[in-house]
Amino acid sequence: MNPQEPVIKTEKLTKRFGDFIAVNEITFEVYKGEIFGFLGANGAGKTTAMRMLCGLSTPSAGHATIAGFDIYRQTEQIKRNIGYMSQKFSLYEDLTVLENIRFFGGIYGLGDRQLKSKSQELIERLGLQAEAKKLVGELPLGWKQKLAFSVSVLHEPSIVFLDEPTGGVDPVTRRQFWALIYEAASNGITVFVTTHYMDEAEYCNRISIMVDGSIEALGTPKQLKSQMNETSMDGVFYQLARGAKRGE
Amino acid sequence: MKQFITFVKKEFYHVLRDRRTLLILFGMPVAQILIFGFALTNEVKNAKIVVVDHAKDEASRHITERIAASQYFDIQEGLMDRDRMEAAFKEGQIKLAIVFPRNFRNDLLHQNHAQIQVVADASDPNNATTLTNYVSSIIQDYQMGLNENATLPYQIVPQIRMLYNPQLKGAPNFVPGVMALVLMLVSVMMTAISIVKEKETGTMEILLVSPFKPVWVILSKAVPYLFLSLINVLSILLMSVFVLQLPVMGSWLLLFAESTLFIITCLTLGIFISIKTQSQQVAMLISLMGMLLPTMMFSGFMFPIENMPVPLQIISNIVPAKWFYIIVKSIMIKGVGFEGIWKETLILCGITLFFFVVSLRSFKIRLE
Amino acid sequence: MRTIRFLLQKEFRQIFRNKAILALIMVMPIIQLIILPLAADYEIKNINLSVVDHDHSPYSRHLISTITASGYFRLQGYHSSMREAYDLIEQDKSDLALEIPSGFERNLIRQQVDKQQLFIAVNAINGTKAGLGGAYLSSIIRDYNQHIRMEWITPARIQPIPTIEVVPSNRFNPLLKYQFFMVPGILAILLTMVGGFLSALNIVKEKEIGTIEQINVTPIKKHHFILGKLIPFWVLGNVVFTLGLLVSWLIYGIFPQGNILAMYGFIWVFLLAVLGFGLLISTYTDTQQQAMFIMFFFMMIFILMGGLFTSIDSMPAWAKVVSRLNPVSYLVEVMRMIILKGSGWSDILPHLGTMLGFAAALNGWAIWNYRKTS
Repeated sequence: MNPQEPVIKTEKLTKRFGDFIAVNEITFEVYKGEIFGFLGANGAGKTTAMRMLCGLSTPSAGHATIAGFDIYRQTEQIKRNIGYMSQKFSLYEDLTVLENIRFFGGIYGLGDRQLKSKSQELIERLGLQAEAKKLVGELPLGWKQKLAFSVSVLHEPSIVFLDEPTGGVDPVTRRQFWALIYEAASNGITVFVTTHYMDEAEYCNRISIMVDGSIEALGTPKQLKSQMNETSMDGVFYQLARGAKRGE
Repeated sequence: MKQFITFVKKEFYHVLRDRRTLLILFGMPVAQILIFGFALTNEVKNAKIVVVDHAKDEASRHITERIAASQYFDIQEGLMDRDRMEAAFKEGQIKLAIVFPRNFRNDLLHQNHAQIQVVADASDPNNATTLTNYVSSIIQDYQMGLNENATLPYQIVPQIRMLYNPQLKGAPNFVPGVMALVLMLVSVMMTAISIVKEKETGTMEILLVSPFKPVWVILSKAVPYLFLSLINVLSILLMSVFVLQLPVMGSWLLLFAESTLFIITCLTLGIFISIKTQSQQVAMLISLMGMLLPTMMFSGFMFPIENMPVPLQIISNIVPAKWFYIIVKSIMIKGVGFEGIWKETLILCGITLFFFVVSLRSFKIRLE
Repeated sequence: MRTIRFLLQKEFRQIFRNKAILALIMVMPIIQLIILPLAADYEIKNINLSVVDHDHSPYSRHLISTITASGYFRLQGYHSSMREAYDLIEQDKSDLALEIPSGFERNLIRQQVDKQQLFIAVNAINGTKAGLGGAYLSSIIRDYNQHIRMEWITPARIQPIPTIEVVPSNRFNPLLKYQFFMVPGILAILLTMVGGFLSALNIVKEKEIGTIEQINVTPIKKHHFILGKLIPFWVLGNVVFTLGLLVSWLIYGIFPQGNILAMYGFIWVFLLAVLGFGLLISTYTDTQQQAMFIMFFFMMIFILMGGLFTSIDSMPAWAKVVSRLNPVSYLVEVMRMIILKGSGWSDILPHLGTMLGFAAALNGWAIWNYRKTS
């Protein structure tokens, strides 16, 4: 397969809420198997952009295709081909680990045998054997996040969208989380991730930085650092975000 | 004091921002007054009935005409026999049937005695009694007319006067009830939920660590609802005076003073619930089941308390709305002054004080 | 179909896991069904009667004892003036005052004055009670009057006058038990409340905790999702209804006289309609508090206008239109028809048709308005 095949392709994608332009004509491509970091200060428009790409929100203007499907007309086909993990933890806290896995696997149309083997495999990989029958609400946050990620790639989507997946998680768990992300990417799943942690940005193949609704920089971490004459991603981010008018 | 006003302001912003809820809060009393005032009447009007006339003579026709002329009844046309009547009852199409026997007029003139069968759908017993009574009195009138020439000795004529509400309207009974209900809803439920919400979202902690006294924090949350409730009282009273033509016989000032007392009682209850509960859903359920339902059942405005079994009658005494209902009824309808309601007022004060002290104590315990 | 299976599994698990709410759903209606008919007793009895007897004659005493013996009235006391009796009415201690003028017996019996008046004042704040109380008292006095005539008029002395005898018969509830009237209605209301509130809060709750996002990015079909929400509450509604039916049979001895299958048939469709309405509200609101209030508002209108307490026939035209748009009014009527009157399929068919329309419209609307994309 051509490694340069774009799975996400946007052209001047825009979202307005009344007078407010949340996302302003963003254009970029993400390639198969890539880990694409989507950075920006709070309020820069990351989540809005991501919600459009997932088919949760209809764009006001512009074009985009996800896994070859049109973002306006083919949202249901898109949904078959993506996984999504939102900022807000969104597995059912009053269901057990196993029940959550089976439920989400089930509604993506996995067969009974597939479900059984997949959930078994997933629980073993996460080391949750002892917790399989526990309510998700009783798990510590880090475990919940890992579980949520694994559930979002259970149906082997071609792209997975992660919205600040590691917020509030300790460094060790974050490291483990990124191991999961790499594993998924090595299986050919494209990873589209937003984050606030600049060390995490370094793990990405390519990153884009959004400021006030527009993409101000795009490239590999190395390229960006040399472009801006900075030694760390922190510095790159600070330089760009300093000019932002929106945010906190 | 200045801090207190700052807090109260913040609470007003919260309340005024949720337009949908606000709309319901003000729309509710209006809708209730309209429904109770115009849609719900205990009067019987236009009851659907049939006449099964086996006689088809002059007398039966005359009586049928008289019944048709009354506003109580709406005679359903169509050839009616007993089977058809039976079916109409089962389909719920008629409430009453009047059956004239064959030879009705003959019996009446020659034997001086005739029977009319009046069959009522008694699945609604009161309705059945009322309708049967109306039919009887129409027939009685007809009979009187027949006997006009003969003097009837030994006649007792009861003269009935309906006090306070000559047309037997529903309004005097329910306007005070709607007031109690709406005040309960706004003051108990809204207050309880809004305080618990701050607990749930964690903003309560922030308020409690401020140098401002915790008791004042809670009180400031109650102030906007006091205002909302007073506006509701005013709107209900204005609607009842101008839309329902039900004037306030007693003193407006007294009515407002007593309403304020009841609102404070409700706010205290709301605060009490909010201190005892941890989640919005629980607070909601408790206010709904523990406050609104008893208000509807035991205040006496929907169901007569004196008909209840004794244990329920005793329970009704601890329902604040019962006392408020009596007070409002006395002032509005009967025009009674304070001397007629001081006992009820005292009871309300007692209930308020009790819950205030209990809330205050459990609040302190929570803080320690 | 497979998707629905998973959705159902999930919903049922969530319902059964929340023991407190489950218990509330099951126990509350039953307690209410036990208490409410006791409280909601509109049977008119125990009307407090104050008597002002200026005559103090055997006849006036006889009249009073006839009235109190009827069982509807409770003698509150004798008073020397109407003023005193009015005071008692004002204080709600008395509902009705009867004044017997002095010379009642003399005028009536000895001098045979044509008309002898009695004066009755009724506290009419509660219109129903006043109306019925007045009517009862009049008919007792009428009977008493008849009785006196029989006693004093020797058949020979008068010309025979034609009399019409009214023979009343009370169908479906010959003993005029008020509970027979209330229990089916209360059952209807409980079913509406359980179904409406549960479904109204449900989708909104997923909105509030954010899980709806996770559902919205899946390829789930909208109508599958709504169906997945509908069916569990539908089953729960059936359980609550069956429990309620058992309670009314065991405690009040009320058992459906008509076709039980027809009743369940109607309940099934009704539940679909009311659940659809709840879901509809759920799709229009953002927080549980909002959903609660809006549902409360509609519930109030549905219940008050449902013909439970007052007859729909007596309503003005606009209110009749509103009550036609109120699914609860059909349920209340059908329940009374089947439980008390013994109606069957053919009797409820028009109602069933209307209810099917409601169910289709409300659910269609809810599905249409549930947006996976904003």
